[in-house]
Amino acid sequence: MPVAAFAFENVSVVVESGVTILEKIDLTVSLGGVTVIAGPSGAGKSTLLRLCNRLEVPTTGRVCFEGTDIAELDPLTHRRRVGMVFQRAALFPGTVRDNLRVANDQATDVRLVEALDHVGLPQRFLDRTGDDLSGGEAQRACIARALLTDPEVLLMDEPTSALDPDARHTIEALGRTFAEEGLTLLWVTHDLDQVSRVADRCIVVIDGRVADATESAKFLADRHH
Amino acid sequence: MGSTVSIGWSGLAASLTLVAIAVVLSWRLRLGLERSMLWSCGRGGVQLLVTGWALALVLRPNASIAWAWVWVAAMVVVAGLTVRSRAPEVPGIFRLAVVSTAVVAVVSLGVIFGFGIFPIEARAIIPLAGMMIGNSMTSVVVAARRVTGELRDKRLEIEARLALGLSWQDASRPHLREAMRTAMIPQIESTKAVGLVFLPGAMTGLILAGVSPVDAVQVQLAIMYLILGSVATTVTVVSLGLVRRLFTPDGRLVSMVRPAT
Repeated sequence: MPVAAFAFENVSVVVESGVTILEKIDLTVSLGGVTVIAGPSGAGKSTLLRLCNRLEVPTTGRVCFEGTDIAELDPLTHRRRVGMVFQRAALFPGTVRDNLRVANDQATDVRLVEALDHVGLPQRFLDRTGDDLSGGEAQRACIARALLTDPEVLLMDEPTSALDPDARHTIEALGRTFAEEGLTLLWVTHDLDQVSRVADRCIVVIDGRVADATESAKFLADRHH
Repeated sequence: MGSTVSIGWSGLAASLTLVAIAVVLSWRLRLGLERSMLWSCGRGGVQLLVTGWALALVLRPNASIAWAWVWVAAMVVVAGLTVRSRAPEVPGIFRLAVVSTAVVAVVSLGVIFGFGIFPIEARAIIPLAGMMIGNSMTSVVVAARRVTGELRDKRLEIEARLALGLSWQDASRPHLREAMRTAMIPQIESTKAVGLVFLPGAMTGLILAGVSPVDAVQVQLAIMYLILGSVATTVTVVSLGLVRRLFTPDGRLVSMVRPAT
């Protein structure tokens, strides 16, 4: 049996206020391709994603990465193996070059240009600051930055929700290309049209639980019509 | 030292003339500050009079110097309580404030008395410790609030750095630097402007008490440099201590609730 990228075993997350965000999650995310986590707002999708790079930890249960409990892995090394792109483009102050160097301070300019080229941005963007970029360009710069740690998995937390349709389609196409190149993508969205465009597999999360087949089919069908 | 100065109760009462004018102005202009002004003058007056009375006891010629150190310890605790009341949203602020002001008291008084800048006697220990701790206390509040605010408001940026595999120290450094600069700049600016715009309290007091201006300036400069050092020490201790508390050992930023405004 192939090793899963991520395996959630009886994972619950309860925050300080006592609210349960995720409840007894059991699921596996296969290596390779694009696995989409869909569900309504507030269902716990982003928390599920953040458990994968240890920005959150389970209250009970465990999350394994390639067969090893994430709690046993060095968090800094693990986070470099599992990159993340956030809902809003989180560019740091400074130029795009400065941003890329945060991810890899040893990278030469040639490597940085390659990273930009990988997300469809020309070399001249290296000297631009976040203020000079459109939302879609800034998000692509963030993707380039995340890829500079050479991750095996890329977590995408609703990366297109604040973008116009053109930028959204560009990022979706990039995601598909990365998957074809062998990267594993775990992509959170509440846009069900996006599910059909990018997903190889889909997990539906509702009210902090993984929906069963019937619930998932109903949720996907209801939202389509 | 030259002649001593006593303004007497009538002089004290006369100094309230401008406050009376301000109260009348507030009342006529409906600013609603009369009560606050009168309360602050009354409270400050009572506090200082009680302090003066207690100081008179501690500074008696035959009083043990140990009472002066007890006074300093009490100042440290009161500073911690004051900081906690001004920045209640900051986790663990009382302990941090007590530790940082205690460090400041030990270091600054150690320098003052270690280098023989002032003699080790109660009349030097208490006012000097008061100046160091008092100024540091204000900086503690600013530093604590700024560090907490920066880390809370820039959560996305910090988590983006963490997600790139940066340690919590590296991920928080730009924000910590910003918060520390904000907390230290007022004292740095005040040190730069001293003598040009205002004459500081200790120097003014010494000149009024008949000390020669050059001697007064030397004392003031020593105090000013020590205060600047104290503020820098406090801000550093509080900021580093606080940022450590706001990350878990495995490098996650803890959740912080924005205080009600």
